[in-house]
Amino acid sequence: MKNIAKHECFEKNIGSIIYIKPTDGWIPVDLGELYSYRELLYNFILRDLKVRYKQTILGASWAIIQPLFMMIIFTLFFGKFAKIPSEGIPYPLFSYAALLPWTLFAEGITRSTNSMIQNSGIMTKVYFPRMILPLSGIISPLVDFAVAFGVLVVLMIYYGFAPTMNILWLPAFILLALMTSLGIGLWLSALNVQYRDFQYVIPFLIQIWLFASPVVYPASLLPESYQLIYGLNPMAGVIEGFRWALLGMNPPSSMILISTLIVIILDISGAFYFKRTEKIFADVV
Amino acid sequence: MGKELAIQVRHIGKRYKIGQREPYKTLRDAIANMTSAPIKLLKQRNKLVKNRSSQEYFWALKDISFDVERGEIMGFFGRNGAGKSTLLKILSRITMPTEGDITMHGRVGSLLEVGTGFHPELTGRENIFLNGSILGMRKGEIEDKFDEIVKFSDVERFLDTPVKRYSSGMYVRLAFAVAANFDSEILLVDEVLAVGDSQFQKKCLAKMGQIAEEGRTVLLISHNLASISALCSKAIVLKGGSIDFLSNNVNEAIQHYLGQIGEISKISLADRTDRQGKGQIRMIHFAPYNDKGCEQTIITSGQFVDFRIYYNNIVNIDRNNIISAINIVTQTGPLVSLLNNQVASEPFESIPGQGYISCIVEKLPLVPGIFTVNLVIKQNEIVQDLILDAATLIVEPGDFYRTGKIPPSSPGCVFFDQKWSVVSV
Repeated sequence: MKNIAKHECFEKNIGSIIYIKPTDGWIPVDLGELYSYRELLYNFILRDLKVRYKQTILGASWAIIQPLFMMIIFTLFFGKFAKIPSEGIPYPLFSYAALLPWTLFAEGITRSTNSMIQNSGIMTKVYFPRMILPLSGIISPLVDFAVAFGVLVVLMIYYGFAPTMNILWLPAFILLALMTSLGIGLWLSALNVQYRDFQYVIPFLIQIWLFASPVVYPASLLPESYQLIYGLNPMAGVIEGFRWALLGMNPPSSMILISTLIVIILDISGAFYFKRTEKIFADVV
Repeated sequence: MGKELAIQVRHIGKRYKIGQREPYKTLRDAIANMTSAPIKLLKQRNKLVKNRSSQEYFWALKDISFDVERGEIMGFFGRNGAGKSTLLKILSRITMPTEGDITMHGRVGSLLEVGTGFHPELTGRENIFLNGSILGMRKGEIEDKFDEIVKFSDVERFLDTPVKRYSSGMYVRLAFAVAANFDSEILLVDEVLAVGDSQFQKKCLAKMGQIAEEGRTVLLISHNLASISALCSKAIVLKGGSIDFLSNNVNEAIQHYLGQIGEISKISLADRTDRQGKGQIRMIHFAPYNDKGCEQTIITSGQFVDFRIYYNNIVNIDRNNIISAINIVTQTGPLVSLLNNQVASEPFESIPGQGYISCIVEKLPLVPGIFTVNLVIKQNEIVQDLILDAATLIVEPGDFYRTGKIPPSSPGCVFFDQKWSVVSV
């Protein structure tokens, strides 16, 4: 019985034909193929999670320690000493709500950029849509995000903040954060295969970008006329969106529209650039 | 069903830019290239275009065309750099061809390396699922095959141990088991049968045969001529990136390949420039000779062999305390034996200005196959002349045991003289 079933399945597969031909120029992303490799994506994410905290003493609590300590430092120096306004929200809560999407983004671009080099051994030995690698790098920090989110809940209870209906919008802002890190991650991972300079660029980029985003200060600190231009930094839209959804601060203005538009441009251009350079990855990695 | 085409390859070529295989370039280089490009362009206008293209590019493969039918096992031979691995990489879609096209019917599984994507920190069980999905298997498929994989690999007791604690044998067995149980219609295999112990190799070969019987197609690179001749129904000999010989008769192809190797090893040692050492004594020729003093291209297991190293003692140095060594390694790397006059007898106290050093092996214990020879001459512990890959030994089956029959090709590297008996007590 089992043999017959196997045979049928075998016949079905015969239908699939693979053509190999040199290609040139801009190629669209084969979303169907990407979807058919979803299990590999899942397995890469699972592997990273299992391996990440092996042989560490603190294990998964590292996911909390990082944003928590940054929040403490920020509260001390920016909140207490520099007296940066936080629009009536307790500064720890104010900065932690921003650090959550920020860490998700920063980890996402770091992991996706390094993913190509870390998996070069696999890339030169097996075929699969290469985009799986940066994708796994972007999605895996979502688990750390979920863990760190627990701390936010504790903080909200401590400060007596009840979420409003705005919180229903939170998934949309998480998605926007992921899409931002996808766009940047695709560009940087493809560039990093060819030019290893980019692995040095990243820590630097993240540092600068942190202060260019409203993590330690509110976006309202900027003059009204700059608000729209500020939206060109998609993380500004994401972070303001987070604070609105969680803490009920100013609703994000048309800034969020500009951020979304920028993210879409980043994602599409990143995907095309990635596909264009993909064919030489195995030769240069 | 037997006539159905599985793979059609037409005029495949792969061109590398010289230097493209360098690990990576830096952004600075790219910017430098960008700014110097217009100047280069002007300079190049004065040069012949033909001249330019031949200098900057190198064709790893050129005009490769062949068909493979369903259920066939096709073998590829060729020396290192002939393009075998590049061809398999193109077929498995890891790298793109520069020209030509390929049509393949069905899913393609590639086994270019044993244990691709194995993570040392993960357990055997976890790695089966990870490795399986990297190769392109679905979770359901892996679950269906799980017991078979475990049984084939023989690591049942260590399934929940991280693979970093595995012995290399266990690691290889598990990795091969995953790949071999992948039900792809086309399987591409690159020199992975060389690993593992002989018993496991046998198991792998049997598995390959079984795969082909199921109507699946296998493309195989191997240095193990015996396994290719036993398994394959068709073979291609590659040379310098093109097809040198294609035949449905595998033994014919093997003969052709052996001839190719024979030719290359005729290149005189005197002309080799890739040598190390002080150079006061230089080796000018190396070859096996038979008991009649005739030079031989092909030697047989069990025969009398006189390995001769002809040398030239250019500078009049103290010609004492001379040590000479012949290092025999298999094509895949491991050392078979080191023939050395210091160990086996005494260093030569004086050698004439010109002549040959002879090393006689009464009964050659090498099994049939191809071996590489590295040569060295030392004087007072100083390397005078060292040539790696100095020659290739082609060993054909012979009557090592003097039983009047040629032993069936055996795995391993050497024959032992052995006496068997049963004793009652």
